[in-house]
Amino acid sequence: MSTGFVFALAGAVLFSLGVAGVVLIGHLLRRILAFNLMGSGAFLVLVGLAQRQDVADPVPQAMVLTGIVVAVAATALALALVRKLHALTGQLGLPGDVDE
Amino acid sequence: MKRRVLVAFVLTLALAFVFLLAGAMLDLGPTTIDLRAPVAAHLAQSGVTHPVTAVLLNYRGYDTLLEIAVLLVALLALLAVVGDAPVPPSRAAHPVLQTLARLATPLMIVVAVYLLWAGAFRPGGAFQAGAVLAAAAVLLHLVGLQPGWSRPRLGLRIGLAAGFVLFLAVATGLLTQGSLLQYPPAAAGVLILLIESGLTVSLALILASLFLFLSREEGA
Amino acid sequence: MSMSEPLFDPLAWLILLPLAWATLAFVLGPGRGAWPAIAGLATQCWLALDLAQKVGAGGTAAHVVGGWGAPLGIDLAVDGLSAAMLLLTQAVALPLAIYARSYFKPGDPAGTWFWPLTGFLIAGLNALFVSADLFNLYVTLELVGLAAVGLVAAGGGAQQVAAALRYLFATLVGSGAYLLGVALIYGAYGTVSIATLLPLVTDDAPRLAWIAGGLMVAGLMLKTALFPFHFWLPPAHGGAPAPVSALLSALVVKASFYLILRLWLGPLQAVLPAFAWLMALLGAAAIFWGSWQAIRAVKLKRLIAYSTVAQLGYLFLIFPLLAAPGAIHAGVMQVFAHGLAKAGMFAAAGVLIKATGQDTVAGLAGAVERLPVTMFAFGLAGMTLMGLPPSSGFLAKWQIIEAALAQGHWIIAAVVLAGGLLAAVYVLRVLRQAFLMAPASATLAPVPRTLEWSAFALAAASVLLGLRGVELMQLPGAVT
Repeated sequence: MSTGFVFALAGAVLFSLGVAGVVLIGHLLRRILAFNLMGSGAFLVLVGLAQRQDVADPVPQAMVLTGIVVAVAATALALALVRKLHALTGQLGLPGDVDE
Repeated sequence: MKRRVLVAFVLTLALAFVFLLAGAMLDLGPTTIDLRAPVAAHLAQSGVTHPVTAVLLNYRGYDTLLEIAVLLVALLALLAVVGDAPVPPSRAAHPVLQTLARLATPLMIVVAVYLLWAGAFRPGGAFQAGAVLAAAAVLLHLVGLQPGWSRPRLGLRIGLAAGFVLFLAVATGLLTQGSLLQYPPAAAGVLILLIESGLTVSLALILASLFLFLSREEGA
Repeated sequence: MSMSEPLFDPLAWLILLPLAWATLAFVLGPGRGAWPAIAGLATQCWLALDLAQKVGAGGTAAHVVGGWGAPLGIDLAVDGLSAAMLLLTQAVALPLAIYARSYFKPGDPAGTWFWPLTGFLIAGLNALFVSADLFNLYVTLELVGLAAVGLVAAGGGAQQVAAALRYLFATLVGSGAYLLGVALIYGAYGTVSIATLLPLVTDDAPRLAWIAGGLMVAGLMLKTALFPFHFWLPPAHGGAPAPVSALLSALVVKASFYLILRLWLGPLQAVLPAFAWLMALLGAAAIFWGSWQAIRAVKLKRLIAYSTVAQLGYLFLIFPLLAAPGAIHAGVMQVFAHGLAKAGMFAAAGVLIKATGQDTVAGLAGAVERLPVTMFAFGLAGMTLMGLPPSSGFLAKWQIIEAALAQGHWIIAAVVLAGGLLAAVYVLRVLRQAFLMAPASATLAPVPRTLEWSAFALAAASVLLGLRGVELMQLPGAVT
């Protein structure tokens, strides 16, 4: 089994763990970490699967660089929202949604 | 109890998905299309010699243009969320830490300039350079030498937008060549260096802003 | 024109212009940038119309970014479906921009960065509708998603921030699943160009292509808020300021639907149709569940948001019917009908909330007498949602029923008819309340006329489009 393949398999595991984390974890900071795990998993699959013959392919590498910057932007926005919610409610979890 | 059932259910699904995916990936034959050849074949016309930089700023430069817009959007959304709030006076760290940060900052600037220049022919480029510069600002903030930011004044707004504006202007100007971002091979190297230099400054400011605008007393 | 005068290619300018006015609005500063936005959007309307005419006359438009050509570079392409989506986006955004300029008072924290965020949102939508590259589409999805979350959260209290966070996680997981799908496609075929993939993905596609298709569509369903993935939509669309709710309900959720349809008719046509009845089943469930929640809602904007959940359901009823061309026409007509009507309805709701000072259905008593134009707009938009003739909603639902009966799927026709009745219940619930006598103590705050008339224009357009629908429906005949 090639190194690229191992990366892709690790990516599949990380992605699944990340999605499970986002679904199951209520603590918002940990949920943001879970989202990042999920993103990293997708990046590993993108690069690893394309290089399964262990020859570097620059196209997915550049795509992953783009993806990382997008993930950084999303993470920063998520952190800002969590801090604002914490400042307003003192909670690090989502309050129930009510229509009143 | 209900919670445990949910956890067990989700984890089982996740595990099943991993096995399904792994099985399908192991089944895969060689791909029909291999982009390595065209990437290498056009490298001489791309203006840079590092293939990843060629993809990032030339072949798929349009992705990168939109990606800077994504970063700007995240900053705008962050500003819209946190609003104007007074910034607490920064607490000075231990003098040894301050001195170390003062010593590290010029070094980090030199590293950033090197990364920017190296991007054309080896791993490096505007993002790496911008990230190092932003890290320097965060370092100075953490030791109490750089206060947090409360609102983006005109000068800062221009600095934040300049890199994107430059990129957008080059992309638009190249419409005269036939399409968006169609670099003439002779000028590609210079134009890419110009874009990367502008992006380094703006990316450093954007990344630093994502930190410094959040660094304020909670509940204020 | 795109070859001889590349400098004026409308395709490129539909992306460049909003990026430019968004950046200008940011540099101008907090609360500024309304006029550049309105001028930009007016120009974009003209560009989209120009493009639609060209594509409607049987052509397609393309733009080879960087001059490389797929699969090395990124191609932009416009067919009838894209042209229709571009037209709707500019046509809804322009009146909403005029509305928003009067809606946000100077110093309103919700309006501080409204203009640059809206500009990037529109740029992202336009870029999405013209992109012919699966990875580039991912970047546009994120641009749209983050801008939308920022607009929802702007200047809000705890409920609104919580709604924005729910929305953010939903949209990020959705695009994450889409991205993994793109990664698998690249792994299997070595390209993400739609045109290059088209002949490669055949009936004997590897299992990985099926998983990729499933992941991409599941992620996009989450972003479209298709039942049961709709949980994030009512708080986000119901809690945001009215112009933002209108933009989100009319346009943003349609972008991910468009992408599902694009994949379905294009590169993944060998894989996705296996899920056609699942889509229709979820669509039917969305119609019933969304309508039921709208009937029970206490808040006015919450009612309209649940109505969006229901109306999105119709879009998914077309998937088992796609063998007949009428189904795509019906889908495009429903996208237009709901886009215009829902933008008009949220805009009218914004007027009512500003005037009564409260976001409840119960607080509307006496509104007909005091705000006749706004209530008339609400009624017209409601007509479209119910599917009464001669509105565009009627045309859309008629087309779905016709396509369903022609293929013997009477059950889909029955769902459409039942959905229309349920829509009548929640729309008439609002109108009935508005016709009641106002309590003597009630006072209404004055509301700018611009707000009333821009809401009216959108709602009236949703009805009048029914009379000129044939031309519009000829557009997506040119799907490539």
